[in-house]
Amino acid sequence: MSEHHDEKLRELLREALPPVAESEVNRDLWPQMLRRFDQQKLRLSWFDWVLVAALMIWLWFFPEATAALLYQL
Amino acid sequence: MCIERDSGEQPRELLERFALGDLEAFEALFQGCHRDVYKWIVRIVRDSAVAEELTLETFWRIHRARARFDPARSFGAWARRIATNLALDHLKTVRSELMPLETPARDPSGGMMADPVRQGEIRQRVAHALHQLPAKLRVAVILALIEEEPYERIAAALGISIGAVKSRVFRAVRKLREELKRAGIEP
Repeated sequence: MSEHHDEKLRELLREALPPVAESEVNRDLWPQMLRRFDQQKLRLSWFDWVLVAALMIWLWFFPEATAALLYQL
Repeated sequence: MCIERDSGEQPRELLERFALGDLEAFEALFQGCHRDVYKWIVRIVRDSAVAEELTLETFWRIHRARARFDPARSFGAWARRIATNLALDHLKTVRSELMPLETPARDPSGGMMADPVRQGEIRQRVAHALHQLPAKLRVAVILALIEEEPYERIAAALGISIGAVKSRVFRAVRKLREELKRAGIEP
């Protein structure tokens, strides 16, 4: 492979896919970043939901435990 | 420029606060670096909407991994490495949007014709041949031959040696030549 052929291939590539060095972000991305934080705060894993369900079932069968639970919180 | 410099680009104190989970420090790093991260990603994926999404994902991962970040090291190099991995993953999952070209485009004279239609066809075939490459080789070719990034920077971004980058570019060029030869183009 000669340098001349390499340069020709490089030219072909750059014609087919011109460099995009001048591309800029069109908008402020920080608000979207903050939205991700908010979504993460609201997101509960399946394990959290299992814990919540177990707690509700427990309180359904033992309502007198509510006071003890609130005291612990 | 945040990720264009390889060391000392951010104050140590800011990086330490970021590593401890300070949101203001993270915002300062985001505002200072996200444009550079976007520019790096868009060079690889060549789609502004995808690049924006991957830029957000890069900073999301950066934030999640903040506790593992060593403030003595370059934030820019770390960000570029994460961004490159995400862009590479994207290229692996997305199939080429270009339709396969079946008929070889023979040029009777053996050279390139000035006909704009023919030139457009050649560009399409070259782009198609590039999209046929495995993602790892494609990234190496895009960064080395199209964007003309130094091998050293490509190696750091991909987490491989300079020799490995050269090897990938060499293999990619060989495959491109084969593919283009099949399409009737001999660069």
